[in-house]
Amino acid sequence: MRLTEFFGFDVLLKGSNMLRLLEGLMVALKISLISVAISLILGTVLGIIVTFKKPAINAIFRVYLEIVRIMPQMVLLFIVYFGAARAMGLNLTPELSSVIVFSFWGIAEMADLVRGAVTSIPRIQYESSQALGLRTYQTFLYVILPQTVRRIIPMSINLITRMIKTTSLVMMIGIVEVLKVGQQIIEANRKSSPNAAFGIFATVFLLYFIACYPISRLSVYLEKRWSI
Amino acid sequence: MSDNAKEILKIEHLFKDYDNTPVLEDIDLTVNKGEVVVIVGPSGCGKSTFLRCLNGLESIREGRITLDGEPVDPNNRSIYKIRERIGMVFQSYDLFPHKTILQNITLSPVKVQKRDKKETEKEALELLERIGLSSHKDKYPRQLSGGQKQRVAIVRALIMHPEVLLLDEITASLDPEMVREVLDVVLSLAREGRTMVIVTHEMGFARAVADRMIFMDGGHIVEEGSPDEFFDRPKSERLRSFLKTFDYEG
Repeated sequence: MRLTEFFGFDVLLKGSNMLRLLEGLMVALKISLISVAISLILGTVLGIIVTFKKPAINAIFRVYLEIVRIMPQMVLLFIVYFGAARAMGLNLTPELSSVIVFSFWGIAEMADLVRGAVTSIPRIQYESSQALGLRTYQTFLYVILPQTVRRIIPMSINLITRMIKTTSLVMMIGIVEVLKVGQQIIEANRKSSPNAAFGIFATVFLLYFIACYPISRLSVYLEKRWSI
Repeated sequence: MSDNAKEILKIEHLFKDYDNTPVLEDIDLTVNKGEVVVIVGPSGCGKSTFLRCLNGLESIREGRITLDGEPVDPNNRSIYKIRERIGMVFQSYDLFPHKTILQNITLSPVKVQKRDKKETEKEALELLERIGLSSHKDKYPRQLSGGQKQRVAIVRALIMHPEVLLLDEITASLDPEMVREVLDVVLSLAREGRTMVIVTHEMGFARAVADRMIFMDGGHIVEEGSPDEFFDRPKSERLRSFLKTFDYEG
């Protein structure tokens, strides 16, 4: 028996298995990237709103953030997908449920990152902008936000890769994404290649790595380019 | 002061407090066009707060500040227009760290005053040339020394063509060897006839640059006069003892 067969990598070449895995990866990436886009945009907006320090809004935000941090993502998925269907009669597709849950999570974390970064910009940056006659929106647009973006890059890249990785949970509500496809392939080949689990899961690992590594390299590049 | 001197900045009965603790009490001051007014006083006497009131960075409780007849009021939308006409440089380095020196200088004239970008850059380069920093135009603030940064901050205020320039202890956080290069720039501005209100702890510089000296203590203007009177024949005991703290011979 050759080594590739021993570790079950040969299963990848059977039929359209490799293609199916890639399709599964696309499903995972689609859910995560849509959620990431929503989280980055709405999270930034929410984060800025929180810096205005309106007591009611900030109280709600703190509760929201705590819920997101305490609740396991899987529980949230179950609540939205199974719970909402039962209790509210909402028939959400698994994909939409996943995007809702991941965005719910991402917006909170992103908003907290933005809030932290905006409040860490020294007061003198606001004051010297004011003294130069910049309007409030210009101060945000040209002075505060560019510095905020530079500060949140490492943490937000970390958030994005965590979101991509966590999409492996969505198979629990029936979405056939890369990990689920892997399981199906392993099941289907249990007799002929009993060791396929290693090869297939190793491939899934590699696919996640290929998806996330460029993003973390981008972070390193941007940090260097924008170092303050 | 000659009688026909044109008033530019007028402060009448200014009261200011933080949480009901009075910081400035009944300040009256008129600054004429081309005049350099230097304010000195012990730490916490309210001189920086006073300066910040002059371009609406602080709200005031009572009184009136006017620039050429127009009110300086942070709660009025006109404050933005007013601030374009009043330049200010702060103690701490306030350049924008994510922008190059040239971008720091041109941001406001281009975005706020909607001036032509090419012409603004040309003017910025001329101003940088004057302070000997034109070769640093594409550097970032972190690559400059403290003294260089403060000179750039002055240029950034000047390019707005302000009618009044406010300088708030601009050498206070500099290493001693860099103080001179910054103060020389301010002296040359004074010689050009720029209207300035300066808060400083550099007594030698104050005497050289001032047309009029103001001594503030406890939120009041305690004494004012020409530099010679002020330093050689102080009238109040408080000013005498304040000036003594700068005198190492006695």
